[in-house]
Amino acid sequence: MEKSNSKILFALIIFLALFPVVVLNVRAIGHYLDVMIFVGIYSLINLGLSLLMGYAGQISLGHAAFFGLGAYSSGILCTKLSLSPWLAMVAGVCLTALVAYIVGVPSLKLKGHYLAMATLGFGVIVYIFFNEEVALTGGPSGFSDIPGLTIFGLDLNNDLYYYILVWSLVLLTLVFSLNVINSRIGRALRSLHDSEVAANAMGVETSRFKVIIFVLSGAYASIAGSLYTHYVGFLSPSSFDLFLSIKLVMMVVVGGMHNIWGALLGTWLLTFLGNEWLHVFRDFDILVYGAVLLAIVMFLPEGLVGLTPKMRWLWKRS
Amino acid sequence: MERISLIGQLTQYLFTGITVGSIYALVAVGFNIIYNVTEIINFAQGEFVMLGGLIMVFFTAVAKLPLPVAFILTIAAVTGVGALMERFTINPLKNATVLTMIIVTIAVSILFKGIAMFVWGKDPYIIPPFSGSEPIFILGAAIQTQTIWVLLITAVVVVLLTLFFKKTRYGKAMLACADDPEAARLVGIRVNIMVLISFALSAAIGAVAGAIITPISLMEYDRGALLALKGFGAAVMGGLGSFYGAVVAGIFLGIIESLCAGFVSSGYKDAVALLLLLLVLYIRPSGLFGNVEASKIKEF
Repeated sequence: MEKSNSKILFALIIFLALFPVVVLNVRAIGHYLDVMIFVGIYSLINLGLSLLMGYAGQISLGHAAFFGLGAYSSGILCTKLSLSPWLAMVAGVCLTALVAYIVGVPSLKLKGHYLAMATLGFGVIVYIFFNEEVALTGGPSGFSDIPGLTIFGLDLNNDLYYYILVWSLVLLTLVFSLNVINSRIGRALRSLHDSEVAANAMGVETSRFKVIIFVLSGAYASIAGSLYTHYVGFLSPSSFDLFLSIKLVMMVVVGGMHNIWGALLGTWLLTFLGNEWLHVFRDFDILVYGAVLLAIVMFLPEGLVGLTPKMRWLWKRS
Repeated sequence: MERISLIGQLTQYLFTGITVGSIYALVAVGFNIIYNVTEIINFAQGEFVMLGGLIMVFFTAVAKLPLPVAFILTIAAVTGVGALMERFTINPLKNATVLTMIIVTIAVSILFKGIAMFVWGKDPYIIPPFSGSEPIFILGAAIQTQTIWVLLITAVVVVLLTLFFKKTRYGKAMLACADDPEAARLVGIRVNIMVLISFALSAAIGAVAGAIITPISLMEYDRGALLALKGFGAAVMGGLGSFYGAVVAGIFLGIIESLCAGFVSSGYKDAVALLLLLLVLYIRPSGLFGNVEASKIKEF
C-alpha cells in the first residue's frame, strides 16, 4: 500500500474509533451513530462504484439493482426459508455476481451513453420486478419482520455493535480495493481509463478487466444490501429505485471520481446531508441534490478531494 | 357486460400503442437532433416533455388562456428552458469527457424534476382534451378524440422538421454540423449557435409531446426518466441519429408495449420496452432499421 494511503487509512480508523465515543456522550447527536451505519452501507457500494467509474472509466446507473438484489435475497431467504442470515448473505452475493456477470458481459461492450442507458434500463427492469413479483417480494408494500444479525450468539441488533460490524466490513473492503488498485488489474484499469485503444494495443485484455470490476462492484453492493436489510428489518422497492442509482453516482462524483477516498468523503457528506442536515427541505431534497451535483461537475470536476491540493497550497502560502 | 370482440380489442390496443408511440417518437427525435449536432445524449430530454405537460396545465387550467395561445406559450416557455440549459451547462463545458456530459445532463434532469415538484407538487394533473370528450367508435373500439390530435400534431411536427432541415439555411447548417463540425466551422457556420438551436428545438419538440399527451395520460413531476429511457430505446432501435427510424421505432415500441399491457401483464409493460432496448443495444446497436454503414452516416 502506498504511504499516503496508509496515513489516510490510519486517520480514518482513529476517526471511526472516536466517533461513537463522542456521539454517544452528546445527547443531541446520539442518533448520528445510526446515520453513520447508513454511511457505511452506502460506502460499501460506492467503493465498488468508484473502482468502476474512477478507475475503469465505466459508468453504471443501475447499482441500486445490485443493492436491491442483495437486500431481497437476504430478506426472502431468511424469512421464507429460515436460512441463516450469513448463508443468505453469501447466497445473495453469488446471485448478484451472476446477474452482474450476465448483464456486464454484453453491457460493457457498449460505450459512453449506450452503457449509461443500458445500465439505467437494467436498473429499472429490476425495480419493476421487485414491484410486480408480489408473491416473492411483497410487491410495492414490501415485507417486514426480517430477523437481525447475530454472531457467535451475540445479538448485533444494537446500533453500536452494528456500527462496528458495518465499518469493519467497509475497512476490509477498502483495503482489498486499495490492493486491487495497485495490482495488475488496477494498472490495467487505469490504462483503459486513459485510452482503451492504447491499452488494447499493449495487450491488456480490457473487456475482461472491465467485467471483473463490474462483477466485483456488484458483489460489494449485494453485501451492502444484506447489511441494509438486517439493519432496517423492512424492505420495499422504493429503497432501490432509479433515484438511488443516481444518488450513488452523485456521491462518488461529489467526493471525487478518480480517488477512492473521494467516494468515501462524498458518501459521508451526502448521506449526512440527506438523512440529517437537509431535513428542513423535506421533499425538496431532489432540488438541492440536482443543484449540488451540477455545481460540482461544472466548477469542481475533480470533486471535493480536488480541493485538498489547493488548500495545501494556500496553507503553505500563509 | 357485453364482451368486446377480439378485433375491437386489437384496434383499441393498436390505437393506444400508436398514440403513446408517437410521444416516444417525438422524444426520440429530440434525442437525435441534439445527438447529431453535439454527440451528446441529453438525459433531460424526458424532462422537457414533463415540463411541457405541466406548463400546459398552468396556462390552460390556471391562467385560463384559450387553447391555441396556451399551446404556443407552452412551447415558447420550454424552448426557453432548453436554450438556458444549453447556455449555462453545456456551452461552458467545452471538451468535457463523455462521462462528464452524461453526469451534467443527469444533474440538469434532477434539477428540473426538483423544480417541477417544488412548483406543482407530487400529484398528477390532467387537462381536458383539445376538442370534445365523446369518443369515436372504430371497429368496436372507443377512440378518444385526443388520439386524433396526437397523431395529427406528431405528423405536422415531422413534416415541419423535414422542411426545416431540407429547405432552410439554419436547417442545412445544422446538417452540416452533424456531418462534420470542423468542416462546418471552416465554411463559416457558427457551430456554437447551432448547438444552442439544437437544444431549443429539442425542448420545443418535447414541449409539444408533453402538451398533447397530458389530456390522455396525465402528467406529474417524475414522468421524465421513463419517457427518456423509452424515447432513447426508440432512437437506438431506429438507428441513433436517424429521423424516420426514430419515428417508426417509437410507434413500434408503443404498439408492442400496448399489446403487452393488454394481453400479458400491465405491470410489466414498461419492463418489456426496456428489455427490448437492452436486446437492441446488445445485439444490434446500429438499430433495427439501419445497417452499420448507414448508422455511421448521420442524417436527419
